[in-house]
Amino acid sequence: MNSLIRATARCLRPGSAVYLTRQADTRMCLTPGQRFLCSATGIKKDLAEIVKKDKVVVFMKGDPSQPMCGFSNAVVQILRMHGVDDYASYNVLEDQRLRQGVKDFSNWPTIPQVYFNGEFVGGCDILLQMHQNGDLVEELEKLGIRSALVDTENKSK
Amino acid sequence: MDPDVSRPIERAIRTKLTDTLRPDHLEVHNESHMHAVPPGSESHFRVLVVSSQFEGLPLIQRHRLVNETLKDELKSYVHALAIQAKTPQQWATNPTLAKSPPCMGGSRGDNTVEEKQKAGRE
Repeated sequence: MNSLIRATARCLRPGSAVYLTRQADTRMCLTPGQRFLCSATGIKKDLAEIVKKDKVVVFMKGDPSQPMCGFSNAVVQILRMHGVDDYASYNVLEDQRLRQGVKDFSNWPTIPQVYFNGEFVGGCDILLQMHQNGDLVEELEKLGIRSALVDTENKSK
Repeated sequence: MDPDVSRPIERAIRTKLTDTLRPDHLEVHNESHMHAVPPGSESHFRVLVVSSQFEGLPLIQRHRLVNETLKDELKSYVHALAIQAKTPQQWATNPTLAKSPPCMGGSRGDNTVEEKQKAGRE
């Protein structure tokens, strides 16, 4: 477990380079000309669908290739450490209605926000603690995702 | 240590968490200086709350308790809130404050942060 924490610390250091074997699949909420429905109901309906469409969904500032916030970056790095590259990410900085909408939808005041199988998991703090205490490996397992750290730990034994 | 009266948000956070969660240990850190916001801001905080009220609660419920306690501040002045919510036993086992990741400048030019700053000044 200590090696996981040290690896996390290395990962979160500014300028640390973590090479991705496969780019995370970034689904942009907005393509040019595309907008969410204007009403709050519209956003809520869209979000209810969005969080269920993919196993792992992240609402963040920026995108996985260029996070615009240290906390959002931490989520990206943690998922990356576990080999989770194929997830949907949504950049709340691109749409203030999305930014407020997701806070209302989750009843959670801050960004980033992480969903597993349509269920709200939490923000950066919770994901980090799940990573440190081993719960994240278990939760990914439930999603049918084998964490890369399981293989790493096995190899080191 | 009495909080500086010139830091009203920090004081409000401390008071509300104390009154609601009756913590054994409480730390409230203003981390605004670590972010791209004007000096003297009260926009980014880290709180460490050690309370027996967290016994038996999963992390998300603990965080929701803290969020609910500080909902007025989160709606108005506070842009980011990092939370550590531990039971007394967990704190005794590992009495460490987590560190926030380095800022990546997202608050620079962020209208919502600027609006909150303005609301704070008014």
